[in-house]
Amino acid sequence: MQTVAEPLTTTGALREFLHALPGVDEVGATDRAAALSTRSIKNEAKAWAIDLAIRMVDLTTLEGMDTPGKVRAMCAKALRPDPTDPTVPSVAAVCVYGDMAAIARASVGSALHVAAVATAFPSGRASLEVKLHDVRDAVAAGADEIDMVIDRGAFLAGNYGLVNEQIVAVKAACGTAHLKVILETGELRTLDNVRRASWLAMMAGADFIKTSTGKVPVAATPPVTIVMLQAVRDYYALTGTRIGVKPAGGIRTSKDAIKYLVLIKETAGEAWLTPDLFRFGASTLLNDLLLQRQRMATGHYSGPDYVTID
Amino acid sequence: MNDRVEVRKTYKLFIGGAFPRSESGRTYEVHDTDDKFLANAAKASRKDGRDAVLAARKGFAAWSSATAYNRGQVLYRVAEVMEGRREQFITDVQAAEGLGDKKSARVVDSAIDRLVWYAGWADKYAQVLGNTNPVAGPYFNFTIPEPTGVVAAVAPQDSSLLGLVSVIAPIVVTGNALIVIASTKCPIPAITLTEVLATADVPNGVINVLTGDPAEITPWLASHGDVNAIDLTGVTSQDLAKQLEIEAAGTVKRVRRPAQPNWLTTPDLGRLASFVEIKTVWHPIGA
Repeated sequence: MQTVAEPLTTTGALREFLHALPGVDEVGATDRAAALSTRSIKNEAKAWAIDLAIRMVDLTTLEGMDTPGKVRAMCAKALRPDPTDPTVPSVAAVCVYGDMAAIARASVGSALHVAAVATAFPSGRASLEVKLHDVRDAVAAGADEIDMVIDRGAFLAGNYGLVNEQIVAVKAACGTAHLKVILETGELRTLDNVRRASWLAMMAGADFIKTSTGKVPVAATPPVTIVMLQAVRDYYALTGTRIGVKPAGGIRTSKDAIKYLVLIKETAGEAWLTPDLFRFGASTLLNDLLLQRQRMATGHYSGPDYVTID
Repeated sequence: MNDRVEVRKTYKLFIGGAFPRSESGRTYEVHDTDDKFLANAAKASRKDGRDAVLAARKGFAAWSSATAYNRGQVLYRVAEVMEGRREQFITDVQAAEGLGDKKSARVVDSAIDRLVWYAGWADKYAQVLGNTNPVAGPYFNFTIPEPTGVVAAVAPQDSSLLGLVSVIAPIVVTGNALIVIASTKCPIPAITLTEVLATADVPNGVINVLTGDPAEITPWLASHGDVNAIDLTGVTSQDLAKQLEIEAAGTVKRVRRPAQPNWLTTPDLGRLASFVEIKTVWHPIGA
């Protein structure tokens, strides 16, 4: 692999670098994900994994019908996921639209991170000025994590310089806030593109790379996550900087979540098994994690009557 | 003439409208009353029980909101399809229970008639179990029966078809979703019934049929937080019945105790009334 001597900014230089990345063996990645997902997790490890997964959740509500009341209720749940059991840890962050960031911040105080989606989420179809304004708004409202979307149209057209320039500009607008870059892998079509977009985002200054907005039919999948985990691992080997990964959308069960934890350990390594470097973007996942936790605590299966309706 | 290769059968479970193998991969041999091998049946594990509860909860949403008329029609349709498979059921019951030709035909006919009987009750039981209550105030006061939710039932061990149908029908006709564990010794009539259910407009997940050992699966269902009631009709061991009743108390489930009635006699509304919640509503009278 080449070394990154100085920041690549032009489309030509980026193309030269990104297209020299080794291609992804799609069948191999799928097989690898399937093989790792059959691993049996024993009870003690499962209890640990469930608590870790809860601590990794970015509890999300990104709907047009979000109200201040709904955001506050979600924040209360993020702080104390299971009011009947004080041993349940808080989640990592709440994730809301930018205009709800102030309400979320007021609800969670400094106890949790507040992530806001910005840059004309979910399509990203707006001018750079509008996107930057969106980011500054969210940061001013109290968000300390910004989830931006890349311009998939520009990426697919091969205009890597433009995508890079936008990420760099958003990163600058973030100030001290962490930047998560959403690749929207469901629209990138190939795993080769996922690998290229991951590198592009990391080199442009992303603190996290995130799979999806959750607004297109294909969201996070295990093979895509493997490719992104390989990218952050290789980037660490090259630069000494650890970038985080956030699969989002479509992860609904504890079983799925634990499979992802296995993927992290086997692909990127144990250093990534922390909420600082891995998050789940999810809304319904938390309830299933709580049900499994109740099942382990009480010895009998629990049901949806015992968790909140979100 | 007998030079055909024998078609050996390994039956599966019926969960959520599909026919999965047991998650455990286990099967057990089913023999007739003369100890002749009949087929292999799936031996359900507690994980299958849990999957069935998930399927039933999904099925409950649509089934409990269907109209009473529609539920009656669907149950009648099950009876229709059973009538079309009458000969097969007679053969199954004969092998399972060791009855003669006439007796097994009578049992199968009674099972079909039992379904029709309960199907007829679909839009009538509410009038019998419910009421408008006279109250001393400016209110209408109604009492109406509503479905309990997800019900787990143990089918009778000896009456493999008629007993099974007599347990299933009153539970589903009132809008509940059901997980039933078929007779361990003679599950084949129940398995044939699943093939009927799959083709008879019963929404997926409303009736889930497991085969295997009730002693293995039922404790998990009795303590399950998402099961609302449990019907122990076919539990033969007093100790197990007691244990299940204790487990069910943890989540305040309705429990119907073991029973061995004469299945051939026409039932009363007892079973229908067992798995409904009686709700009373006060409604102000407008001026």
